Amino acid sequence: MITLNSVSKQYSSTVSIGPVSLEIPTGGITALVGPNGAGKSTMLTMVGRLLGIDQGSIEVSGYDVSKTNSKDLAKIVSILRQENHFVTRLTVRQLVGFGRYPHSKGRLTQADEEIISRSIDFLDLGELEARYLDELSGGQRQRAYVAMVLAQDTDTVLLDEPLNNLDMKHSVVMMQHLQRAARELNRTIVIVLHDINFAGHYADYICAMKQGKVVHFGTPAQIMQDEILSEVFETPVNVVPGPNGPLAVYY
Amino acid sequence: MTYPALGTHHAGRSAGPLPTKQVRKRYWITLSIMIGLALFFGIGLLAWDNPMPFGSDGFWIIAKLRASNILTMVIVAACQAIATVAFQTVTNNRIITPSIMGFEALYRVVQTGAVFVLGVAGVTFFTGVSQFVLQVAIMVGLSVALYGWLLSGKLGNIQIMLLVGIIIGTGLGSIATFMQRLLTPSEFDVLTARLFGSMANADMSYMPVAIPLVLIAGGYLVLSSKKMNILALGKETTINLGINHRREVMKSLFFISILMAVTTALVGPLTFLGFLVATLAYQLADTYDHRFIYPMSFLIGFVVLAGAYFIMKNVFYAEGVVGIIIEAVGGITFLIFILRKGRL
Repeated sequence: MITLNSVSKQYSSTVSIGPVSLEIPTGGITALVGPNGAGKSTMLTMVGRLLGIDQGSIEVSGYDVSKTNSKDLAKIVSILRQENHFVTRLTVRQLVGFGRYPHSKGRLTQADEEIISRSIDFLDLGELEARYLDELSGGQRQRAYVAMVLAQDTDTVLLDEPLNNLDMKHSVVMMQHLQRAARELNRTIVIVLHDINFAGHYADYICAMKQGKVVHFGTPAQIMQDEILSEVFETPVNVVPGPNGPLAVYY
Repeated sequence: MTYPALGTHHAGRSAGPLPTKQVRKRYWITLSIMIGLALFFGIGLLAWDNPMPFGSDGFWIIAKLRASNILTMVIVAACQAIATVAFQTVTNNRIITPSIMGFEALYRVVQTGAVFVLGVAGVTFFTGVSQFVLQVAIMVGLSVALYGWLLSGKLGNIQIMLLVGIIIGTGLGSIATFMQRLLTPSEFDVLTARLFGSMANADMSYMPVAIPLVLIAGGYLVLSSKKMNILALGKETTINLGINHRREVMKSLFFISILMAVTTALVGPLTFLGFLVATLAYQLADTYDHRFIYPMSFLIGFVVLAGAYFIMKNVFYAEGVVGIIIEAVGGITFLIFILRKGRL
């Protein structure tokens, strides 16, 4: 469970995040949605202690992220940002192996290698594991990074727009992988999504943000409503029944 | 952890730093060749053109005199190689060298300033152990102040730090150039000898200070190879994996500045060497792992220095200016590698 207690962050006199109070339940996928500049990524990076907070507190699985040792947090929560600096002479498997660092401190055991293999297979990267990162497409590299945070074996996984750079097929496959990870591996996955329809279909909870505040939190059925989405995204949205659940139409 | 049975683990799948047999074989062969070349040039410098018969007392007296040059080269190679590899890693930038952070410009200002104020006597004024320690301390102090100021503030950004470092370096360089304009030709001539990187500049009396400094600073950087591998992945991934990014970067920059200060104060500026050596080491080692990059880069550094020195001494009879051959031959080698492989 992730708990935010009146968290706020001041950027300048006009730009600020919060105060946000929120409880994200254990297990399942929680999607953060909202217009550009709503503070979704900022909130995610604060939960993942990449960014400090000014006021309030954040707890992940009962550990206060600003007080707990970063070393210990690395075994509790993992975070993946949108853009990652990549090293050219690194293979997919070596990258995924870095996910074991909090546990192995760089000395990989047979058990670590097995977890690495499973993470790679979980994201269908078996064929690519010996390839160097600079030989991959943006989408493949994205999957390799997701495999790395899965190998980190944390109960909570935070992903900042993992569907960026992915085409239709790979977006769907990625969401299916994440759904399986949430269900089969019992992870709590918090993910920033741009496409409300992906959130509506794959997420278990949707958290809608606007101007640095959480405006709605609920199940997809509760959030996928004309008035709510129109208000959040500041554009007319019609929710129509689709073959696999409700679809937001805003074109 | 309870994973469902999703695909089986195949024996032999390894996330190690040298993943396949081929890569492993190539690394060790390349490393052996480098060791061979290092020994060849090392022994060559001691024994080639030695007027006394091999093994006689006179031979050893001359060899001992020459050994001090080799010791200098070992220290310079270690400093330049380790500092540059580590610097490129912590800054996540593979096309820069720590020399741009103002070390060499500061050295030029100090040397030029001494001659400017004291005349030709200024050159001798800046020789001696305490002066050596003072120069190292000034260089380390300047860079620590710079890093500390720029990395701990709200802007805490390595790119800004690099930019400010380059600007300070350029500014100091201009001051040095301005003072050089006002020198008499004879003073300028004396000064020039100090401003070209040369093994002959090194004074053996500095060694008791230089060697422990290099062992401590270099030792720390080499021993933190595993953390370096993670720092190379960038700030956010580093924090995600539980490493205090800012603390590690600051510590590394501190030790890098010691290495750069020692080599610059010892032999003068060798701007291109570190960059050349680090890039060639990445090309030849073909791995990301610092445990394998460091020894390769150190050996390449020594081979380049000793090779250049050997050729200049025995072919062109101009042993003073190794920097020139390093930049000419090294630059061409570097270009060939980059063009052939098409990547850094």
